Amino acid sequence: MDNIPYTVNVREDTGLYNAKLGIWLFLASEVMLFGALFSSYVLLRTGAGASWPAGSSILHVHLGAFNSIVLLISSMTMILAWAALKEKNFPRFKLNLGITILLALLFLGVKGHEYATKFEHHLFPSTSTFMAIYFLMTGVHALHIIGGVVVNSYFWGPGSKMWKTDPEHFTNRIEIAGLYWHFVDLVWIFLFPVLYLL
Amino acid sequence: MAHAYHDSHQQSFWRKYIFSTDHKMIGLQYGITALCFLLFGFGLMLLMRWQLGYPGEPIPGVGKFLGENNAPGGIMLPEFYNQLGAMHGTIMVFLGVVPILVGAFGNYIVPLQLGAPDMAFPKLNMASYWVFLLGGVTMLVSFFVPGGAANSGWTSYPPLADIATMGQTFWIVGMVFLITSSLLGAVNFIATILQLRTEGMHFMRFPFFVWAQLVTAFLLLLAFPPLEAAGLMQFFDRVFHTSFFLPSGLVVSGEPLQISGGGSVLLWQHLFWFLAHPEVYVLIVPAMGIVAEIIANNIRKPLWGYKSMVYSLIFLGFMSFIVWAHHMYLTGMGTTISAFFQTTTMIISVPSVIILTCLFISLWGGSIRFNTPMLFALAFLPMFGIGGLTGLPLGLAAPDIHLHDTYYVIGHFHYVVAPGTIFAIFAGIYYWFPKITGRKMNETLGQLHFWPSFLFMNCVFMPMFVQGLAGVSRRLYDGGQQYAHAQAVLPLNKMITVCAFFLALAQLPFIINLIWSMFKGEKVKSDNPWESTTLEWATPTPPPHGNFAKAPKVFRGPYEYSVPGASKDFTPQNES
Repeated sequence: MDNIPYTVNVREDTGLYNAKLGIWLFLASEVMLFGALFSSYVLLRTGAGASWPAGSSILHVHLGAFNSIVLLISSMTMILAWAALKEKNFPRFKLNLGITILLALLFLGVKGHEYATKFEHHLFPSTSTFMAIYFLMTGVHALHIIGGVVVNSYFWGPGSKMWKTDPEHFTNRIEIAGLYWHFVDLVWIFLFPVLYLL
Repeated sequence: MAHAYHDSHQQSFWRKYIFSTDHKMIGLQYGITALCFLLFGFGLMLLMRWQLGYPGEPIPGVGKFLGENNAPGGIMLPEFYNQLGAMHGTIMVFLGVVPILVGAFGNYIVPLQLGAPDMAFPKLNMASYWVFLLGGVTMLVSFFVPGGAANSGWTSYPPLADIATMGQTFWIVGMVFLITSSLLGAVNFIATILQLRTEGMHFMRFPFFVWAQLVTAFLLLLAFPPLEAAGLMQFFDRVFHTSFFLPSGLVVSGEPLQISGGGSVLLWQHLFWFLAHPEVYVLIVPAMGIVAEIIANNIRKPLWGYKSMVYSLIFLGFMSFIVWAHHMYLTGMGTTISAFFQTTTMIISVPSVIILTCLFISLWGGSIRFNTPMLFALAFLPMFGIGGLTGLPLGLAAPDIHLHDTYYVIGHFHYVVAPGTIFAIFAGIYYWFPKITGRKMNETLGQLHFWPSFLFMNCVFMPMFVQGLAGVSRRLYDGGQQYAHAQAVLPLNKMITVCAFFLALAQLPFIINLIWSMFKGEKVKSDNPWESTTLEWATPTPPPHGNFAKAPKVFRGPYEYSVPGASKDFTPQNES
C-alpha cells in the first residue's frame, strides 16, 4: 500500500481529488488573511474620521482601472488554457497560459510604475496611515501575483512535460493553478474600489 | 504489499531520516525537535523562578554563562527577565506544545487511525517541518542579536513591541515561518482526514483523536492568517516606520515620537487574540483526543456519549472564534462589547464541560487498568477541570478587573496547559511508544515520573491563585517586592521556586526511561500490546513505509470494548 489514493481521480463521497480540496482550504485561509487586512482598513479608517484622504486624490485611478482589466483578461485566458487541455489541444494551452503570464507581468509593471511615482512624490508607507495600508495591501497582493507567475511559468515550461506522461494529472494541476489565479484576481476586484475609489 | 516494505530499505540515509516524506518519520522529527524546545522553554522558566524566589541573588551554576549583558556577576537584569518571559511563552506554545500535539502525534497517528498509507500531501508535510524548524532557529538566534530576544511578552502588544529592540523583528519573522508551517500542516490534515479515510471509516466511526485533530486543523487554518496580517503590520511599523499600531501624539522617554500617527493599539490586540484564543483550543483539543483514546482503552468499555463529545467538539471549535475579546475587558473597548464576549465565553464553557463529564462518566463501572499512560490521562481530567473552572471568573468582566494580569491568570492557564496538556502529551508518549519502537516504556520509572510530577505541578501552580487573588501582577521582575499588598503572599515565591526545581528533577526518570526503553525496553509480544480497537494497532510494529500491508476495511465504531457475546473484551474496527 504505497500509493496515495485520489491524487488524480475523484473520491466518490466527497466529489473531490486531494489537491482540489487542498487548494480550497488554502484559499479559505487566504480569505482570512485578506479579511484581516480589509478589517484593519475599516478600523483604521473609521478611527481616522475626516482626516482620511480620498483615494482618488492620491492614487492614479486610470492605471488602477487598466490593471483591473488586465487581470480580468488574464483570468479568462487562464480558463481557456485549462479548457484547451480538456480538449487535448496542447499548443492552444501553451498560447493561453503564456498570455496569462505576460498579462500578470504587465500588471506588475504597471504596479511598479505606480510605486515609483509615489516614491518620486515622497509618498512612503511612513507618510500616512492611508499610504501604509495602501502599500501593505497592494504589496501582499503583488506577492501573490508573483507567486502565481512563478507557478504558471513552471507549468508552462519544465512542468508541462507531465502532459506526455500523465495528461489527466497535469490538467488537474492547471485547474488548481487556475483556482488560485482567480482568487488573486478577485482580491484585486475588492482592492481597487476600496483603495482607489472610496 | 511486501514490495512497499522493500522500498524503504533502498532509500538513502538522507531520504529516510532527514528529508523524509513519510508521515511517521516527520512525526518523529517534529516530536524530537519539540521535546527539545519544551525542555529549553522549561529551562527559561527555571531561571525566571530563581529570580522570583531569590531576587537579586546570583543564579547558581548557569549564572556565569549568561553573559555580562544579561546577568552581570550571575545576577539577572530586568531586561533579561523580560526576554525570558516573552520567549518562555512563545517557545512553549508555538515551538513545544503545538508541534508535539499536531506535528508529532497528529502526523504519526492520524493516518494510521484512518487506515491511510500516508498524509495526502507528503511533500507539503516535509516542507511544513522544515519551515517550522526555520522558525524555531530564528527564535533561538534572536537571543544573540543586540538587545537580546523579544521582550514585550508573548503577546507583543504595541506600542511597546513597535519600539522594542531588534529581537522583536526576529520574533515576527519567526512567527511568519511558524504560521506558514502550521498552514501547510492544517491543509494537509483536513485533506487527509476527509479524503484518505479507508473504506467503511464513516465520520461517526472516527476515533475521538481524529475528530480532535480535524477540529484543530480548522482552527489553525482559519485563525492563524489574521495574526500573519498583524505580524506584517508590526513588521511595517518597525522596519518602514508606519503607524498601524501607533496613535498620534505618542511620547517615548520624554521625546515625541517622529511618526505619522493615526494608528490603533487595539487593532493589534484584536488581531492577536483572534488567533490566540482559538490557539488555546489548539493546545487543549488534541490533548482531549489523546486522553479519550487512552481512557477508552483502559476502562475496557465504550466511551460514554461519544456522539455528544463529537458534537460538543465541533461547537467548541466554532465558538472559539467569537470569544477573543474576553482578553481585552480592561482596554476600554466598551461595556456593550464586553457583554457580548462575556456571553459567548460562558457559552463556550458548556461544550468543554460536556466532554469532560463524558470522560468522567465513562470511568463508571469500568475495570480500570492503572498503567502509566492511564495515570497521566486520569490526572488530566481534574487538572484541566481546575484550569477550566478558574477561567470562568476571568471570563466575566467584573471580576476580571481585579484578576486581570495577575498571577491568578498565570495559574489558570498553566493548569490548562501544564498539568493538563503536557500530562496528555506524556500519556500519549507512554501509550504509543510500543507502536513506534516495538518496546514498552518501563512501568516503574513511569510511576516514578508521574507521582512527583503530579504533586509538584500542583505545588507550583496552586499558590499562584493565592498570589493573584492578593493582586500580585504578573511580569514583575522581582515578584512584587515593591508592593505593600504583595508582602503577605511573597514567601510563597520561594516555595514555588523550590517546587519548580523538584518538578525538573521529576522529569529525569522520564528522560532516562525514554532513551533506555528505546534500546533496552521490554519487547512487545504482539502488534496490539494494549489490546486496543483502533486501526493504528492493526499495522506491523513499527509500521513500515506505506503503513498497512493491505488497505484495511472498517466495520464498526472506534471503541467496541467488552461487546456482549464477543470472544474477547475488544473488537477491533477492522474485524468483520
